Amino acid sequence: MQEFLDFTLGGVSFGMIYAAIGLSLVLIWRGTRILNYAQGGMAMFTTYIALITINHTGNYWLGFVVALAAGAVLGAACELVIRPAQDKPPLNAVIVTIGLLILLEGLAGIIYGGQFRSFPAAFSITGLRVGTTSLGVSRNDVFVAAAVLAAALALAVMFRYTSAGLRLRATAFSPAVARLLGIRVGRVLTLGWALAGLIGALAGVLVTPSTFLYPNSMDSIFVLGFTAAVIGGLDSPLGAVLGGLILGVVLNYAGGYLGADLVPVFGLAALALVLMLRPSGLLGTASSRQV
Amino acid sequence: MTLLRHLAVAIIVGALLAVASVTLNSFRDFQMAEVATYVTAVAGLTILIGLSGQISIGHGAFMAIGAYAAALILMHLNWPLVAVLAASAAIAAVAGLVLGVAAARLRGPYLAGITLLLAVALPSLATRFAGTFGGDQGLGVNVTTPAFLGPSFPLTRWQAWVACAAALITLVLLANLARSRVGRSWRAVRDDETAAALAGLNVAWLRILAFAVSAACAGLAGALLGITTTLVSPGSFTVTLSIALLTGAVLGGLGTLPGAVWGSLVIVLVPTYVTDVATSHGLSSSVAANIPVAAYGVVLIVVMLVFPAGIQGAVRRLLGPAAPSAGGPIGSLRRRVPARDNPEEGAS
Repeated sequence: MQEFLDFTLGGVSFGMIYAAIGLSLVLIWRGTRILNYAQGGMAMFTTYIALITINHTGNYWLGFVVALAAGAVLGAACELVIRPAQDKPPLNAVIVTIGLLILLEGLAGIIYGGQFRSFPAAFSITGLRVGTTSLGVSRNDVFVAAAVLAAALALAVMFRYTSAGLRLRATAFSPAVARLLGIRVGRVLTLGWALAGLIGALAGVLVTPSTFLYPNSMDSIFVLGFTAAVIGGLDSPLGAVLGGLILGVVLNYAGGYLGADLVPVFGLAALALVLMLRPSGLLGTASSRQV
Repeated sequence: MTLLRHLAVAIIVGALLAVASVTLNSFRDFQMAEVATYVTAVAGLTILIGLSGQISIGHGAFMAIGAYAAALILMHLNWPLVAVLAASAAIAAVAGLVLGVAAARLRGPYLAGITLLLAVALPSLATRFAGTFGGDQGLGVNVTTPAFLGPSFPLTRWQAWVACAAALITLVLLANLARSRVGRSWRAVRDDETAAALAGLNVAWLRILAFAVSAACAGLAGALLGITTTLVSPGSFTVTLSIALLTGAVLGGLGTLPGAVWGSLVIVLVPTYVTDVATSHGLSSSVAANIPVAAYGVVLIVVMLVFPAGIQGAVRRLLGPAAPSAGGPIGSLRRRVPARDNPEEGAS
């Protein structure tokens, strides 16, 4: 029972990471119908920037903020690279984002080297105690979940109550109509990518203490975040968070009871199942293809 | 006629390669085998993406399946080499068939995601079931030169021969397939699914078939990789390998078989050269190893944005409009114009 509880709580913490990656994918997908495969690479890169900042200044929170800012800048920069691919066949955009991913991984290898580096956690990673029993969840896990939830809520508030959020929604609904209404669609898309880069950077900084930092460190996290977004329906932010939670908990049971090195395989099985049974996801509005 | 022409070209090229392999030193022979291995995999991938319009960024996984199949068959059953290669291709084809069934319902981004996840997940199986697959150390592949070539025949030359023969056979088969009814149907499905279905084509089956054919090529290439490097380990089948294959296909020109050859030459020879130059200039090996990786990224971005027809497109333009074309490159696809402006467009 204790073990089950530990796995559940640990799963929630990992699930929030997948949710954050999923959210960043959904943000870009809604606006541009592009799936940003470079998201994991961007998060890896900004985590390196955070690590360098922390090593130089000794201040974790400065590194944290710098990483988020760098994520926003990197996201906006990637949008500029990808923009010309938008009016080409969809496959071209997919290949360009994969190009961005491998470019960032190569650059990280050139600049920072390929060795595994450890990354500090914001808070203690020893288990919290309730009375005399030690839980399988640490203060840092609570911080991870809270940070992603806060980011998701901030996004929700922004979409609902600010004019920038309204412009983002209008552009996602129909770029042509938004343009006719006087919205500068190009700028709105850049803003969307910057927000996605920020959320991705958050995920990178939060997850890396429990993995290691190396140029490919976000590959497996990214594919699971993608799975979370697909489970949620790919165009629903709430769906991405739900999908992340479900995936995190299920994978943590599978990893805990059956072997941790099989987690990507179970992720693959989960993705295949969802795509076969319900391709539009839990909360997606997309119709499945006709032929 | 087409079959005869393809066969004649293949035989001439094969003879030239055989002569070349005798004059080259053993390192160049090894590189020749490596290029042939990549040509086999990239040719299958370029057919999948360029002709059937489905993307895979996890083709390294099918190479892994073929390579482990070859290593296990050689270790436990000791079949003759031709049977080993055929079996590896067949096993990978079955895997491709299974993924193809899932893929037949998926469009670009979903398909790319599930193939990427496959590439990330599969090597972990080798680590988990170390008893069968040898764990991180991998499995040794025991290859020897056949007796009729004499005892002094170098092993690398034999490996180069095997790899080049397999690559040439693959190219001939794919060239004929691309020109056949199946190839034409793939192009029809790629350009307009609904129209293809209305014309009586079985769209789902054609897509699955494309995946199986392409996976068979990758499986064969994986077996060749095991034979030329005499080792099969999870470290050989990273996501970077899958993306290198994609880079080769994109750079050469998607959908064109000569393009697969140009692309493979670049992704095998240029990284070796760059790494040599970089290490000789005193850069650390980790920097040197990552320069080609970053270059793959630049190539993917620039080619897709600026000249999507790739190297073969440039070659064809140089040769003029009379040059034969194997299949339209992806860049010439007509732009997808949404019928109505609707947020779900392209989401399905």
